[in-house]
Amino acid sequence: MKKTAVRFDPFKVEQEEWKRQQRKERYKKALTICSPIFVLLLWEFLSRTALIDPRFFPPPFEILKTFLAMGMSGELFSHIWISLYRIFAGFLLGVIPGVIIGLLMGLYSPVRHFISPLVMALMPIPTLALLPLIIILFGIGDMSKVVTIAGSVFFPVVINTAAGVLNIDAIYLDVAKNYGAGSKEYFFKIALPGSLPVMLEGIQMGQAIALLTIVAAEMMGATSGIGYLIWTSYKAFLLKEMFVGLILISFFGYLFSLGLRMLQKKLIPWR
Amino acid sequence: MEEPSKIVIKNLTKVFYKKESRVTALDRMTTTIKDGEFVCLVGPSGCGKTTLLRILAGLEKASTGSYQIVPSGKDRPLQSMVFQEKGVIPWLTVKENVAFGLKMRKLPKSIIQERTDYYLKKTGLNESASLYPKELSGGMKQRVSIARAFANDPEILLMDEPFAALDEQNKFILQEELLAIWTETKKTVLFITHSIDEALLLADRILLMSAQPGKIASEIQVHLPRPRTMEQVRADQGAAAAFMEIRKHLQDEVQASRE
Ligand SMILES: Nc1ncnc2c1ncn2[C@@H]1O[C@H](COP(=O)(O)OP(=O)(O)O)[C@@H](O)[C@H]1O
Ligand SMILES: [Mg+2]
Repeated sequence: MKKTAVRFDPFKVEQEEWKRQQRKERYKKALTICSPIFVLLLWEFLSRTALIDPRFFPPPFEILKTFLAMGMSGELFSHIWISLYRIFAGFLLGVIPGVIIGLLMGLYSPVRHFISPLVMALMPIPTLALLPLIIILFGIGDMSKVVTIAGSVFFPVVINTAAGVLNIDAIYLDVAKNYGAGSKEYFFKIALPGSLPVMLEGIQMGQAIALLTIVAAEMMGATSGIGYLIWTSYKAFLLKEMFVGLILISFFGYLFSLGLRMLQKKLIPWR
Repeated sequence: MEEPSKIVIKNLTKVFYKKESRVTALDRMTTTIKDGEFVCLVGPSGCGKTTLLRILAGLEKASTGSYQIVPSGKDRPLQSMVFQEKGVIPWLTVKENVAFGLKMRKLPKSIIQERTDYYLKKTGLNESASLYPKELSGGMKQRVSIARAFANDPEILLMDEPFAALDEQNKFILQEELLAIWTETKKTVLFITHSIDEALLLADRILLMSAQPGKIASEIQVHLPRPRTMEQVRADQGAAAAFMEIRKHLQDEVQASRE
């Protein structure tokens, strides 16, 4: 039996292993990037060969051309901007009170006992079901959409923020008390950072809900926005235009999720 | 020369009262701990050791009875607790954790900086000052907890089985480090342990508690000269006798509480 020196060099062995791991990681990344592309290609193929009805599912390439053509006219971007504005405004209008009330609920049990039945009772009501009422109150313009989104975003944020504070391990309360933290220090050093991970999960959920809500709200009562575009295109049987709207929403959803993940990494480096 | 009293505990009683149960955790406990003394509290589990410490730490209120921590007149907090490693706050860096008590007391920045650096160095944490606790081993986390308590410069230190979760090697190292810092600062320490060896290594005096309801059953003076090592503890006749005495006490208490 002959043993080669290279084979038994432990560094070489581990180096090989490390390289194999790296390759595996790259492979996984490639899969993540490939999956949407693969689906689009498949769709293109099925649609071109009329295996699926191209009237209902026009080939992605055609949708892209439609997107460019619509982009040229400039009208598309005004729809995009108006929707983005409503999403952001509604998101903030839901998140900010959600965080504040959630923190108060987590910190002060009387506040919690007073508010949580209200939250539990109101949460099951879809804000969209209130849209007719909201439109009467706030008009057909931006405000009604902003309020609808805010109403939907508020609940996951308030619930998660309160849960985030309540789930802070009791030992940190003991540490704070033992070392003489006042209520202000307690808030900034313990309650706020300690609740942040769960709070951000709620905000992440709120972001997804905001996108779901905007489309529905604009479909039901609006004269502009991506949802309006989807709805009018559908009614006129302009399915390519409709898909442009749908794909835009999915694109923004992806973008926002990515943004929030990055924010999460920044805000909780200790995780 | 007799040292003045530092902790005076008189008839301290704690009852946990719930709908279905009332537990007398401490029953008219009375004892006095002298200034600069290192006292270990040993007793069967559930006898109220943690309860006593939490009362002294201001985290729990006594039902009846009283205790006093005699202040030295300097600007010091009365007590600081060395929590178990879980007590290191995960969202603060090592340095921020060590400075925690000082910041809460709003001391001048320069003093905070100086004392934090001093105890970071003392506990060998200065290299890890800017790390978050998740990057530390159990032993390192416990050092943070110890550094935080000493940096706060309290009248007395309270420790509840701080090394119980560590492996043997780390335990030995940390015990030695703790003794070194203690020798330098001469703080009054009340230290809970279930390890007889640990108590013999660390303590000037060992308080033995009876099983629930907890009170002081007896006490043992440890006369071993300092600085001590585990080898000395093992070799010493008196320490061996004390070991057996404590062991017998614990067994008897457990036996009695079973009957
Ligand atoms: N918060 C609490 N509520 C009810 N019972 C408690 C509470 N804390 C401790 N006890 C009870 O008091 C007794 C003493 O507990 P503890 O002080 O933790 O004992 P030790 O630290 O000596 O093991 C135990 O019987 C325990 O169950
Ligand atoms: Mg205990």
